[in-house]
Amino acid sequence: MSAVEMDSRKNLFDCRDAFAATLAGVAEADPRVVVVVNDSVGSSKLVGFGKRWPDRIINVGIAEQTMVGVVSGLANGGKIPFVSAASCFLTGRALEQIKADVAYSNMNVKLVGQSPGVAYGELGPTHHSIEDFAWLRTLPNLAIVAPADPWETAEAVKAAAAHQGPVFLRISRFGVPNLPRPADAKFAIGKAEVLREGGDVAVIACGVMVTRALEAAETLAAEGVSARVINMASIAPLDETALRAAADLGAIVTVEEHSVRGGLGGAVAEFVVGYKPCPVKILGFPGFAPTGSVKFLFETFGLTAAGIVAAAQQAIEAKRP
Amino acid sequence: MTPIVDVQTKISLIRAKARAIRAHAITMVHEARQGHPGGDMSVTDILATLYFGVMRYDPKAPRAPGRDRLILSKGHASGALYSTLAEAGFLAVEALETYMRPLSMLNGHPNRNYVAGVEANTGPLGHGMPIAVGIAIAGKLDAAPYRVFVITGDGELQEGSNWEAAMTAGNRKLGNLTLIIDRNHLQQGARVAETNDLEPLADKFRAFNWEVVDVDGHDPAALLEAFGARDPGAKPLCVIAHTIKGKGISYMQDQVGWHHGAPSQAQWELALKELSAS
Repeated sequence: MSAVEMDSRKNLFDCRDAFAATLAGVAEADPRVVVVVNDSVGSSKLVGFGKRWPDRIINVGIAEQTMVGVVSGLANGGKIPFVSAASCFLTGRALEQIKADVAYSNMNVKLVGQSPGVAYGELGPTHHSIEDFAWLRTLPNLAIVAPADPWETAEAVKAAAAHQGPVFLRISRFGVPNLPRPADAKFAIGKAEVLREGGDVAVIACGVMVTRALEAAETLAAEGVSARVINMASIAPLDETALRAAADLGAIVTVEEHSVRGGLGGAVAEFVVGYKPCPVKILGFPGFAPTGSVKFLFETFGLTAAGIVAAAQQAIEAKRP
Repeated sequence: MTPIVDVQTKISLIRAKARAIRAHAITMVHEARQGHPGGDMSVTDILATLYFGVMRYDPKAPRAPGRDRLILSKGHASGALYSTLAEAGFLAVEALETYMRPLSMLNGHPNRNYVAGVEANTGPLGHGMPIAVGIAIAGKLDAAPYRVFVITGDGELQEGSNWEAAMTAGNRKLGNLTLIIDRNHLQQGARVAETNDLEPLADKFRAFNWEVVDVDGHDPAALLEAFGARDPGAKPLCVIAHTIKGKGISYMQDQVGWHHGAPSQAQWELALKELSAS
């Protein structure tokens, strides 16, 4: 299914394209860059990479534990290895390798979780990856980045390659527009991006939900509510300065294509209770998702502009006097 | 280290180092009141042969790109590994006294960022093989002359990740990769054969496109021969090193109960006496 079929808005992009194009540029500039896949060449949009550098794409087949061990070994051998695999299998099947061989060992490895969240829609919860933030967020040393659009995807791939240490990139296929940004916008791992200023409530989003947060802010503005929209692409490390400023507003909504437990919302809530407790409404999936398309699942669980508007109003109402 | 060409001199050195490694390891476990002495003793001659007869490394440049790599996948045999690295000059022999003490760099399982010479943070079983395969692939991509050695236990081969990696290594003809199986026939709770048998083990690796040799894992001469120069384009090599868990300590040999545990004062003194006479 193409991005356009998934969503009626125009100028929507599949972030895998930005990933693949940027990775090719990074690989062109640095011969140490290699990619390891689990029969995921096509689904990672790396067919062109494989044609151009057949020796630098290492397909271990359907063997995720070995895939992650191999990238740790490649880093030991001086390479800058990227893994590119469906996020559900990469993070679930190889979690112990990610813990021991990548995070605890602090290896210079880049893990790219493709088609995360409910991108595989009707294929069901075995193929959904709405647990990955929660699983990975407990691992020290590992940076976790969920880009929101093609520009940020490209910047995140470059930043990951330049970063000394392990990084997890969560790359979406669900169609998203390029977000409005100043021409001098800069991306940095661990830095949040305020896409819209506001003083009544902070909406903190990541990945494909950021564009919905911006839409919600428009609706809220029409109702006289001023919402700050924060793109929290880095789940780890968190931008604590941005979070303190958000908590100072006294009402927060988080929205992510992830379980409501342990993801972006959990990370924000953990921080806020230790700084300045305020209502935090966490939007996400409450459990294993039922059968349905991505769009259906987003609508069913309120991961829409309307759902964010409603949550923002509740958070504001719940503000302490 | 200075290359030694004369085989008999080399074997004498390996035997002397193995005696020292076993004495260090049993003392470390005794003082820490915990550890995995059975596996330390079974793997010692393999480690001593590699570090004092085969591998090229510089303890002053432990991350030199061209070094040979050894990954101890059975990371619980850390007493033997740390003792070997100390004898090889990567850390001070005196540092071994801190084994498993609070805040020691000598954790119960090795950490590459704490201890020079450690290549991988092993401990959970079945991790070393995939990492070694990755290093071997990097070496082949760079046409680098270094060799990659990985030591697994035998019970450890019950972990499926080893077979994923074995398939990858065989298909890629990683001739720069050597797997040594510390075949002591015991795992934590029982004999391997009574738990989930591995046989026919050599045939399994041959079926995965590996070259396989069986050797006495306590005979440095046999190990040296098995570890002879390899053509990087050849099949990966699997050395099934037949060993005795607890080797060198009478009350510990081939005893499943000594997978982990610490000797009493009298047992420790007896162990040192027996090891010095070996």
